[in-house]
Amino acid sequence: MTERGVTEHDLRTLIGEVKDGSLSRRSFVRRMLALGLSAPMAGMMLAQSGVAFAANPLRDAYKPAKAGGGGPLKLLFWQAATLINPHFAIGTKDQEGSRIFYEPLAAWDADGNLFPILAAEIPSKENGGVAADGLSVTWKLKPGVKWHDGKPFTADDVVFTAEYAANPATAAVTGGSYTNVKVAKVDDLTVKLTFKEPTPFWADAFVSSAGMIIPKHVFADYAGDKSRDAPANLAPVGTGPYKFSEFRPGDILRGVRNPDYHVPNRPFFDSIEMKGGGDAVSAARAVLQTGEYDYAWNMQVEDEILKRLEAEGKGRVKMDYGGNLEFLLLNATDPNVEVDGERASLKTKHPAFSDPAVRKAMNLLVNRAAIQQFIYGRTGRATANVFNGPAPFVSKNTSFAFEPDKAAQILEDAGWKKGSDGIRAKDGKKLKFVFQTSINAPRQKTQAIIKQAAQKAGIDMELKSVPGSVFFSSDVANPDTYPHFYSDMEMYTWNMTQADPAVFALQYVSWEAATKANKWQGRNICRMQNPEVDAAYRQAQGELDLVKRAALFVKMNDLVVADYVLPLLHRAQVSAINGKLEAPASGWDNSLAFLAEWYKQA
Amino acid sequence: MGAYLLRRLLIAIPSLLGISLILFTVLALAPGDPFGELATNPNVPPEVREALRLKFGLDDPILVRYLHWLTAMLQGDWGFSFASRVNVDELILQRLPTTLFVVGSSQVLALLIAVPVGILAAIRPYSVFDQVANTLAFVGFSLPTFFTGLLFILLFSLTLDWLPFVYQADISATGWRWAWEHVRQAIMPVCVLGFFQAASYTRYVRASVLDVARLDYVTTARAKGLSDGTVTVRHIARNALIPVVTLVALQIPAVFGGAIVTEQIFRIPGIGSLLINAMLANDTPVVMAVTFVFACLVVLFNLVADLLYGWLDPRISYR
Repeated sequence: MTERGVTEHDLRTLIGEVKDGSLSRRSFVRRMLALGLSAPMAGMMLAQSGVAFAANPLRDAYKPAKAGGGGPLKLLFWQAATLINPHFAIGTKDQEGSRIFYEPLAAWDADGNLFPILAAEIPSKENGGVAADGLSVTWKLKPGVKWHDGKPFTADDVVFTAEYAANPATAAVTGGSYTNVKVAKVDDLTVKLTFKEPTPFWADAFVSSAGMIIPKHVFADYAGDKSRDAPANLAPVGTGPYKFSEFRPGDILRGVRNPDYHVPNRPFFDSIEMKGGGDAVSAARAVLQTGEYDYAWNMQVEDEILKRLEAEGKGRVKMDYGGNLEFLLLNATDPNVEVDGERASLKTKHPAFSDPAVRKAMNLLVNRAAIQQFIYGRTGRATANVFNGPAPFVSKNTSFAFEPDKAAQILEDAGWKKGSDGIRAKDGKKLKFVFQTSINAPRQKTQAIIKQAAQKAGIDMELKSVPGSVFFSSDVANPDTYPHFYSDMEMYTWNMTQADPAVFALQYVSWEAATKANKWQGRNICRMQNPEVDAAYRQAQGELDLVKRAALFVKMNDLVVADYVLPLLHRAQVSAINGKLEAPASGWDNSLAFLAEWYKQA
Repeated sequence: MGAYLLRRLLIAIPSLLGISLILFTVLALAPGDPFGELATNPNVPPEVREALRLKFGLDDPILVRYLHWLTAMLQGDWGFSFASRVNVDELILQRLPTTLFVVGSSQVLALLIAVPVGILAAIRPYSVFDQVANTLAFVGFSLPTFFTGLLFILLFSLTLDWLPFVYQADISATGWRWAWEHVRQAIMPVCVLGFFQAASYTRYVRASVLDVARLDYVTTARAKGLSDGTVTVRHIARNALIPVVTLVALQIPAVFGGAIVTEQIFRIPGIGSLLINAMLANDTPVVMAVTFVFACLVVLFNLVADLLYGWLDPRISYR
């Protein structure tokens, strides 16, 4: 029996025991740890099997006994919010700005569990929220919630938000979360979501950043074509912990405490200020060195600098791990041959990487441990997986190693012989690769480490770096963007924005290959075509048993990493915070998702 | 002079049109697009990205887009920012007071330093004062503002902890406290910009005063037995400052255009930082509006400088 089989069997027995009360929650978690599983995974398993949380650790951690009195909370965002309608948010910065005022029904906590915000409870099979056939979900809304203008929050607002976002004329960036779901009002505090096919991952609409609910009475006249004219785009009316007071795009966003907030004793701060501009290093300084600000967002700064600033003792650096992955892609198609006017066409095969031995050797030539230790420090963990969370989706069957001698041996055995120039070749094809990435100091250092090891093994590598604004653009006409992938290898980070791999995993299925036909909008950038991966994905999409579904994603992970994808680092969301500030956050959601729970110690 | 003015204004129209066409083409050809960040968000479906490009007309041919922009601009519609969906004129007006305050004060500071120092240095050429002033002026304009800005932050914010290094455009305090906070946070950026500008102005003033001081009418004035002070102020400075006035007039567009680098360093929400952020986000309407306003100002103040020149020195006639 495989290790995974044992785990699954044990799990089911143990969950049963917790359910009938013969095993306590705590001893369950302890036994899971003994089985080599993590505590969050234990919690997730219990929650998914209908064993509700007895207590809410996030809510319990909150100490202040009354709302207000905390003075101002000063946030520094080196990329400032430029708009505050969550459904237009162009980047994370805009989502964060909107999140101060608007709230979703539920948010993802640090362990990948759903945390109710505007929902009275999280739907489950046991409370009748999730239909057994997987075709519908019913959300119960929290009663007594008021919009900032005093009007009650009801199911009408939830239904309206879905219609608003799904309307193509609105051109909402959250549209994708609402197009495949029908939302209907059951009563004033209940909405029902109906899906076209069984949907195990139903927590997309109304959850997290895409799920922020907007008030119908404010936006009703501005749906569709008129969406840009809504005055509330610049002066939000939400349900959140802070009420809007001032906004200057790209500069400053201010709010004051909402005295009618729907969670008792919250929020702690009397006002909030989000200042933008500048760069990440000086933002870290303003928090860690001078203490002018309480919080600095998204510290894309080398760990060495952060450590030096932290030594001042005014604040600390906080890492929140989600599923963000820095990886290296091997091109499955030939970027140097043109077929029907298209480079890297699906009709071609990469001359070297189509040989599994070369892919295997490449994997052994990447010194992940060194990359983590010398470049990313605490802000990234070397990994062998593409799915690094939540716990149930993380494979335990994989490993990585740095073995240049073995890599050379594999190439030798596969018939790639060194020529007089020291470069290996076979049938006239040389191991000469172009390796591209975006301009970013850690990435160029990583490129250098990989190139050096490859050279020793007889692989010649040409390094190419493209400005980030070009590399990460959707410009169809530019051949240097990452989806065109007109090189042999490329490296970047892909963010996993939900605590479920379904959307994230689309980048490995064959029908999503980025090609000229879909204007390189497909998500499978390396253009790998693996029927086994496709099958696992399709099966997972319809699998309603969550334990089996997780196993399918683990299988998919194991297939992918042995193929054209080399995972490098699991990257954290890094922030700098004042020494006294308690700022719970989750790597699976916006940094300000739990803003209402923030407070300063006395 | 009326005919001259009219002719100059008529010439300005095709130049502005040419400038706007070049700007627009360069922006349209530049890589990247305003929705680049959406491209890396796995939750945003490709159809939404395409719908947005379509809605904002990003896939139209450059000429069509340019004509759209031009007709709208001629009707006074500056368009709206793709990034914030706010009207561009509103964005610019929000930023203008801060820029005028910071860059304007720095120009005043620069003149307050440059005029007396330049004149004194020129009156006693090669004296110790002149040599010190010269050296400092050379150092001043050799050091770029991003360097001196960081140096100031390091010294006055981090080491001495006297001044804040994050600029707040709107301070919630009132009365004296409001004014004091504004002055306190403006000290570093105004000094950085002012010293840099003062350095080059000083050189101009000195050179110009040196030229004038050798002219015959100055000798005549001295021969009449006028005091040194009177000669310097009434005869030399008045005439020597003519080219300096032109130079300052040509600097006015910069006052409106903001100081791009310095605003970025001190997080000043001025036009300069608006422009650089819009460029980074490929927010074409904002970049177009700001740079076009800038072009108009340059053309306008060139004209003003020419007119001023003629008024200050009647030997120059309008033709």
